[in-house]
Order: sequence, then C-alpha cells, then structure tokens
Amino acid sequence: MEQTIRLRVNGQEHELRVRPRRLLVDLLRYDLGLTGTKEGCSVGVCGACTVLMNGKNIASCITPAVFADGAEITTIEGLAQDGRLHPLQQAFIDYGGFQCGICTPGQIMAAKALLDTNPHPTEEEIKEWMMGNLCRCTGYYKILDSIKAVAGSAP
Amino acid sequence: MIDFDYRAPTTLEEALDLLHQHGEDARPIAGGTALVILMKQRLVQPKLIVSLRRIPTLEQLRADNGLLRLGATVTHRTVETAPLVRERWPLLAETFRHVATVRIRNMATVGGGVVHGDPNQDPPPALLVLEARARLRSLAGEREVPLTEFFRDYYETAIQPGEILTEVLVPAPPPRAGWAWVKFLPRTADDYATVSVACLLTLEDGTDRCQEVRLALGSAGTTPIRARAVEAALRGERLTPERLREAAQLVAGEVDPISDFRGSAEYKRDMAVVWTRRALEQALARARA
Repeated sequence: MEQTIRLRVNGQEHELRVRPRRLLVDLLRYDLGLTGTKEGCSVGVCGACTVLMNGKNIASCITPAVFADGAEITTIEGLAQDGRLHPLQQAFIDYGGFQCGICTPGQIMAAKALLDTNPHPTEEEIKEWMMGNLCRCTGYYKILDSIKAVAGSAP
Repeated sequence: MIDFDYRAPTTLEEALDLLHQHGEDARPIAGGTALVILMKQRLVQPKLIVSLRRIPTLEQLRADNGLLRLGATVTHRTVETAPLVRERWPLLAETFRHVATVRIRNMATVGGGVVHGDPNQDPPPALLVLEARARLRSLAGEREVPLTEFFRDYYETAIQPGEILTEVLVPAPPPRAGWAWVKFLPRTADDYATVSVACLLTLEDGTDRCQEVRLALGSAGTTPIRARAVEAALRGERLTPERLREAAQLVAGEVDPISDFRGSAEYKRDMAVVWTRRALEQALARARA
C-alpha cells in the first residue's frame, strides 16, 4: 500500500515511503519536520497551509502527498537565503504584518506566488489574490501594507 | 481519511482499464479539491483512487474550428488566464476567475468540477448558456452528452461507472453576443453563490429586438438550471426595461432552491428574480456596445 515518492523540498531531494492517504501538509510537518506550514481549517478554505508546488500556491491540507511525486515544493522554511530573510518576511516584520502568527507562513507563501507571477500588482490585484488567506486577528491592512512595500505598489 | 490504493497511469486506456476492473470501488481524481474533502468527511470511501494527473492528452486547451476544447484536467486557473479564452469566450474566463480562491483554482479542474455535479458551482451555468457538451469515454466507446442533459440531481450526473469525462466542448458564442455572469455573495468573496446567473443575448441588427437569449442559474435548485420560460418570453421581443423586468419574474417558477445558511428558499427565489434581471440588463448593455 505504501508508495515511494521523490520530491524536492526547498531545493533538497527527498525519497519517502508514504501511504496514499498521507496529505502533503502532514508529510511536510511530520515526515520532514517542517512545522512552519500550519494546518487551520483542513478543508482548503483558510490558507494557513499554503505552500508552492512547482511555483503555484496550493492548499497542502487537501493535496495528497503522492501528488507531489516529482514536484518541487517550497515552504516558508525555504525563503531565507544565507541567513537573510526574504524581502516579504522582512516586510511583514517592518510593517507589522502579523499578530499571533499562525496565518503568516500561508500569507507569505501566497504573496510570494503573486509577486513571482506579477511583480508589481495594484492594490486591487493584491486584495483579489490574497482574499483566500484568512487572518483571525483580522490584521489585513498591515498584511496589505507589507506586500505593497515589496511590490512597490502605488499607495 | 481511510486507507486506499493509488494508481497514476500515464494513458487514458490504462485509467479506463483500472476503473473497469474495480467498478464502484474506484474513483478517478484530478485536482482533488472536491474528492479529498468528501473522503476526509468519509462521505466517499473508495478502495482505489485512479489519478488522471499524469495523462498528458487530458491536459490540453485548444480551439478547433471555433470549438473550445477543454481537457478534463485543465485547471480553473488555466481557463481563467488563457488569452484564447479571454478573447473569444470572455464569459468563461470571467466565471472561472470567481471560483473560490487562486489556491483552489490552481488545482481544481474543468472536468472534475463538471462531474462533481454540485449545483452551487460557478462554471456550469456559463457552460449551459454556451451549450457545452461533455465527452465521455469508457472501454465500450465514446459518447457526447449536452450539459443540459448531463446534470441529473444533487451530486448526480449522467456519467456511468467506468466512464471518464475526457473533454468539455464549448461552442463559440453567437457573433456580437452580449454576455453577463453575476454572482450574489452576501457572505464572503470566496463563498459559493447564494444565486448566480449566466446570460448570453444577441440583438437583431441595429435594433433592441432580441434575436437569441440563453439564461442559466446556479445555486437555484438541485442542478444548474436553464431558464427556458424567461428565454421564451424575450426571444423576438423588443427589450425595454419593463420587458426585462416582467421576463425576470418568470424565473421564480423555474427555480427550486433549498433553504440553507445562505438563505431561505423564499429569499433565494426572490434573489433569483433580482439577479436574473441584472444579468439580462448587463448582457443587453454589452450586446448594444
């Protein structure tokens, strides 16, 4: 019943034995110890579990790990390079883009997917894209400010 | 989720073989955004999941003599962003753009959405007014089913065990058609509609007389609904504001909404009338432009 899958996570190759029912979020957290990715609603609605699969933001809580066989996965742990935070991570600190922090990895991964496809989005484009990432502290203005700072959007 | 076996064949024939061998115990999967949730809730408990994700022939999006061919595993995001769709099927691009969130649209597929048969989904009403057809393959052969005959009941479609939806075929909209797609969302922007309406409308040259009109609703019954009575009341008529208002009233007799946390059946019936009129007005404005 177990299957062998090969995937790259944050640039590192992994070969793992997984049951088909293993979800990507659980593979990341329990098999690889990458607990930056959070599980919130478990039904793809809240955005806390957002990671990139082949560059696209997806909900890892409803994605079977076997879907990632042969794929490149990027999680929040993969953003800092040589001890330097990614510009989005730095902006979330500088602009107070998080409060309790649970939604933050998902927010930053979603924002990264946006800026990778559209480096200078308008405020409306940011809002439309980020609409699916919920913050229960409701700190949305600061999240928007953080992303705009990196995107260089007009205020 | 309970345990299941998983196979990811690389040809349609292998996938059909697996479904044929395992019958009701097997389910195909593509994006998983619907099926995985149903499995987590134990509403569906397949013994075997057959992934269609590694079958390249199902991933194609192309136009062929004015017919848009959407492969079963083309994602919602691809439909939304494809220049071909944006230019020639703007109604579809607009509809797919409003399904859930980008994160879901990156995974959810055209075929998966159609066979899911949930009447609250956004694309089916748009596909109905475009008179789209589902192409179904099984070991026994191939058939095409117009989507008007495809949706049978809540989560129930014409697809049979052992069949795979391979393509959704979408004819071009009539020349100079005005279109509209409206979605009433009183709760959150990523919700299912409380009611949604898709409309295509053409005018006789240089007049306000309706030549052709097609109208369909989502979240308004156990299936997506084509509003034939509204259409019949408008075809050949001069489209005055009063005429649109009167025709929209007829939709109340065509919908059969259920009461849920998005509103009572009575409220949804009233909203179906309001949003039908708005869809007609928007489509008319575009047809005049």
